[in-house]
Amino acid sequence: MTDAVTGWLTPEEWQALRLSLLVAATGTLASLPLGLGVAYLLARGRFRGKTLLDMVVHLPLVLPPVVTGYLLLLAFGRRGPVGSLLAEVGIVFAFRWTGAALACAVMGFPLLVRAIRLSIEAVDARLEQAAATLGANPLQVFGLVTLPLILPGILAGTVLCFAKAMGEFGATITFVSNIPGETQTLPSAIYTLTQVPGGEAGALRLTLISVLVSMAALVLSELLARGVARRLAA
Amino acid sequence: MTGLAVAVAHRQGAFRLDAAFAAEGGVTALFGRSGSGKTTLVNVIGGLVRPDRGSVVLDGERLVDTAAGRFVPPHRRRIGYVFQESRLFPHLSVRGNLLFGRRLARAEDGIGFAEVVDLLGIGHLLARRPNGLSGGERQRVAIGRALLARPRLLLMDEPLAALDEARKAEILPFLERLRDLGRVPIVYVSHALPEVTRLADRIVVLEEGRVAAAGSVDAVTARLDVASLRGAREAGAVLAARVEAHDPAYALTRLASPAGPLHVPLVDRPVGAAVRILVSARDVTLSLARPAGTSALNVLAGTVAEIGALVPTDPTAELRLACGSAHLVVRLTRRSLADMGLRPGLPVFASVKSVALLD
Repeated sequence: MTDAVTGWLTPEEWQALRLSLLVAATGTLASLPLGLGVAYLLARGRFRGKTLLDMVVHLPLVLPPVVTGYLLLLAFGRRGPVGSLLAEVGIVFAFRWTGAALACAVMGFPLLVRAIRLSIEAVDARLEQAAATLGANPLQVFGLVTLPLILPGILAGTVLCFAKAMGEFGATITFVSNIPGETQTLPSAIYTLTQVPGGEAGALRLTLISVLVSMAALVLSELLARGVARRLAA
Repeated sequence: MTGLAVAVAHRQGAFRLDAAFAAEGGVTALFGRSGSGKTTLVNVIGGLVRPDRGSVVLDGERLVDTAAGRFVPPHRRRIGYVFQESRLFPHLSVRGNLLFGRRLARAEDGIGFAEVVDLLGIGHLLARRPNGLSGGERQRVAIGRALLARPRLLLMDEPLAALDEARKAEILPFLERLRDLGRVPIVYVSHALPEVTRLADRIVVLEEGRVAAAGSVDAVTARLDVASLRGAREAGAVLAARVEAHDPAYALTRLASPAGPLHVPLVDRPVGAAVRILVSARDVTLSLARPAGTSALNVLAGTVAEIGALVPTDPTAELRLACGSAHLVVRLTRRSLADMGLRPGLPVFASVKSVALLD
């Protein structure tokens, strides 16, 4: 399989594919814990500033991706307030693949939070009450009742976030540029190929790969969701 | 110090709860119409509602004491709760549901898994998912789940209300077995008097958030001044009786009751067995002299103790009769009441046409 694919793709194209998968997976997994927390806060929390938090979370969905990327560059760039602090402990985002992952995480975050939040809101709070009367403390209630019940929502959110990350272009190219081997993901590579003479064949191959990866993600999530649904219903 | 002592005041919208009662072992029924505050009161006991004022004490431990700012969260109370809608966890099997609280309690003592499964007859359901169960089966699993968490007290909020008559009849024997085991005191919420008289030892009647009456089932059901009982009372008085003798030749059983001896169709219970009986208010007729040449087998001598409220639109009235050491409730027309000159203290004879066995 690997030989067949690498034989069919040029080394640069193969690199872009591997980088895209790494960046999208890292970005998605990194935003999952925070997304779960924020979704829980938005679904169940009662606090001042909830509307503001909701708006901030949804901002990347409505802002032009280039704007989001530029804001990331301002904050996480080498001289940015956050970037310079993190650079001191050895974490650098600017013009690194980690920066691309951060851009993906930020852009996919609203989709992740939205799916999880909806599934938390759909959980019958009376089941959680019942768990408490059976001796479960709030953490156990979440781990033993809430979490298993929202698993389909978490899966859906994760796949949406991953798909968004695979296609992320504007924020990534603005924030970390388009460096082959470091930050050149599939969309950036396709864009580059369409800009050079004779690149159409490569662009088409990468486009096909993009379609396949996205469909595989959807099929996988559908299978997982069905498995979970069967477990809940049977 | 064992037992439960509750004294709370709570406001929820326009509704005000201001109730106090105490319960020891056995089954204590919280009885009242819907909206009388029963569910709010058990939610306060279970820790699902934090009352504005008051205290809840269980076995000497202060679970709620608003004056001292004390509120023990539900998961530290060890109070089991069986809800009207069973609330089983859909992602767990019946076995997983049953063991949920037991695993958290991390204890081996108390009632055992096999014992509970056997008591409730749910052994064949263990591998199933809750969604595939009937309403009656779900409720039995919910009872088992609460029992296995080793509760010090079991709250049951109308556990039969969502079921049809056939399912109710299926569950009641299990509840009776649970009561007779006597392992855990129960607070049983219901608006159905037949259920309460069948299961409970004591009854607390709630009306609009206040305790209207409290005491033994026999004493409270014979009271005429409790308005919510008046409407719900299909029946009359509940008596604790004992099988005294069988008369197979006439297919009769003689019962000794605190109101006096009563004959009923042959009962399949050994001599000496305890039975609960219900003497319906409509099945008692009164006469001023001991009836002679009557077909009635059960004639009891008594004294008029109390006459209930007379309502112009209702042709009948209720009357409480002191018979032996118990009370009977009699429903008769207001016309008869006047014609016979019935008044408290007057000796009369009661003919009891039929007696219903409650268990």
